[in-house]
Amino acid sequence: MTINSTSLAGIPPVAGPTAELVVRPTRVLRLPRSPKVIAGLVILGVFGVLAIIGRWIAPYSPNATDQQNWVRHVLVPGTGPGTGFPASYYPLPLPPSAAHWLGTTVFAQDVSSQLLAATQATMFVGLLAAAIATVLSVLFGVTAGYLGGGTDEGLSLVANVFLAIPGLPLLIVLADYMPSAGSSVLLVAAIIAVTTWAYTSRTLRAQTLSLRNRDFVEAARVSGESRVRIILVEVLPNLIPIVAASFLFTALSAMGAYVAIAFLGLAGSPTSSPPGLWNWGEMLREGFANNAVRGGWWWWWAPPGICIALLGTGLALLNFGIDEFINPRLRAAGLSRRTAKKAGISLRSTLGMTPVAHRRAVAIMPQVTAASAWTTAMATRRSTPSSTVTWCFGAARCWGWPARAAAAKPHWPWLPSACCGPRR
Amino acid sequence: MRALARRVGVYILAAWVALTVSFLLPRVVPGNPVAGAVARASQSGNCNSACVTAIQEQLGFNVHTSLWEQYLQYWGNLGHGNLGQSWSENAPVSSLIVSYLPWTLGLLVVATAVAFVAGTAIGVLMAWRRGSWVDWVLPAATFLSALPYFFLALVLVLIFGKTGTMLYDIYGATAGLNLPYVASIISHAILPAATVVIAAAAGFMLAMRNQMISTMDEDFVLVAQAKGLPARRVIWYAARNALLPVIANFTVAISLVVAGQILVEIVFNYPGIGFHLYDALGKLDYSLVQGIFVVITLVVLAANLLADVVYVLIDPRARQMA
Repeated sequence: MTINSTSLAGIPPVAGPTAELVVRPTRVLRLPRSPKVIAGLVILGVFGVLAIIGRWIAPYSPNATDQQNWVRHVLVPGTGPGTGFPASYYPLPLPPSAAHWLGTTVFAQDVSSQLLAATQATMFVGLLAAAIATVLSVLFGVTAGYLGGGTDEGLSLVANVFLAIPGLPLLIVLADYMPSAGSSVLLVAAIIAVTTWAYTSRTLRAQTLSLRNRDFVEAARVSGESRVRIILVEVLPNLIPIVAASFLFTALSAMGAYVAIAFLGLAGSPTSSPPGLWNWGEMLREGFANNAVRGGWWWWWAPPGICIALLGTGLALLNFGIDEFINPRLRAAGLSRRTAKKAGISLRSTLGMTPVAHRRAVAIMPQVTAASAWTTAMATRRSTPSSTVTWCFGAARCWGWPARAAAAKPHWPWLPSACCGPRR
Repeated sequence: MRALARRVGVYILAAWVALTVSFLLPRVVPGNPVAGAVARASQSGNCNSACVTAIQEQLGFNVHTSLWEQYLQYWGNLGHGNLGQSWSENAPVSSLIVSYLPWTLGLLVVATAVAFVAGTAIGVLMAWRRGSWVDWVLPAATFLSALPYFFLALVLVLIFGKTGTMLYDIYGATAGLNLPYVASIISHAILPAATVVIAAAAGFMLAMRNQMISTMDEDFVLVAQAKGLPARRVIWYAARNALLPVIANFTVAISLVVAGQILVEIVFNYPGIGFHLYDALGKLDYSLVQGIFVVITLVVLAANLLADVVYVLIDPRARQMA
């Protein structure tokens, strides 16, 4: 620990706890201020809006072709006037222009229209698969973790088996034997979900195991609440951050899987029968199969790839935000050198500078649902003001260290405000 | 050994599930491979009922035997290493796969090892130097880890302009252990390997960073620093403890890398399993697709088992339990 105690002494002490404490058990969702979360939300929002309104703002139909005007006709060498052969042309796609913002394909189709149409299907499959996988993983993971015993053994075995089987090859074989399945986004999403739920399930099981024996769950059990109610009301709300993070992670991998099988030509092309939907993987497949890379027609294959990467980054950034919410130690920006300097702390080493008081409190922030638990907590707090941290669950705003509290910016401020000591 | 034996049990079960799925799928799904093969045979001439029966026999789809007998026969064939006949290559699937496998395994092992070492090292550094400019690596790593492998491959192709050459160039040199051949293999495997390394390293980097940050708050690290140990040794103490959960989660990582490499091989025409899987998909060569799926699954399960063994070896607690 390398805090310069002389400079710490220079900071005006934070006012002690006053009688008037504002306890707000209802969590108010204010706009999170972490740059990562904001960037993630903005990216996700932009793509979400494009997915919804894409079909109306697209300049053309994604399937519309204009063989006369939307491609460049190049004379095949050795044909045409003077060679004795009838003139023969081959088409080349048009680079981006005012008429076609992202140029055209070699099939004389508008790339930007395809991209907009593809956004919808790709996002839909990703989110739907993530939703199905999340439901599956909660069902398996929480049940296994809470019930324990033989049920746990059985369900965990199923999850472990699914985890060990590689997802994409299984997906390829499934989609290969069911060619018509590729065209149905619902079926594709379901198949992806079945191959991706296991990892989240394992995480949720571990977390449920640790929650199962906490006092507030014990209290609910003693007071005779039904098992279903305890799981739904006491356990599940505390798993929400993990479920949310897993949802984003699964959405990301589901989109990756969808794009991958579409790239392999297994997700149904828009020209096949029954026709599949336009998606980013299909665009990449067409571009790759028609030599767009070697031809230097970057406007054909680069935009879908960049879209995947951008959307993936957005999801990953949001995921990071939630991870930092679950585990405040990960918050890199919690005390940057600049903020530390402003607060008058000299920061020579990064070690030991995340004063989360209680290790057991770090893994998750239990939102104590029982009102009695709140009162107990408040009573404890009033009697021993110095023990703020012990029930603040490691939330960053309130690590009970005056200098830190002054320096730290509230990053995820939907925490109970009473958690952070007296309101200033 | 009990914990390890349990894991082996899980993997055997997983292998059984995968193999059974690959047995059942063609038999329950309408429009099975037999119809395709019959249609192919009909193109070149009239395929009478004897011909249909012959095709069914060849593919192991004899409708006159019960599903259970077919299943037993399927396992018997697997036991003999018989994965069926590939019609597009006109060779036994098993011998084809044996010829593809070294390419894939070579690339996979080298690339994963490099990605793991580099990714973990950078992850440790990112955690240790947190709060400085190193934090800017974080968004970049996030972007790279979100990038589909094959798109990264396309970008590298665009930048370095090398594709479709592997299959033809290598056969210019005589196959075998001679310098031009080996040099040719290495020069052509560099880009696929680089793709897998870049994409996979980003994932390891992020995982290691997060673990490392949590570990750095442990008391023993604080004690190590308070004792005045040199920073390098403190980092080493923290890093090898942070490494354990990363290795424990290797299962997910290896699945992603294998899936990514299948697509990378396609982009680079790298003659491994992934490339031939793509080929077989296009030619509707179901026996080959099925065989490749079985082999990929077994490879992934073997890699998982290896990670488990390594984990038991390096974690004293696991060693005691095992």
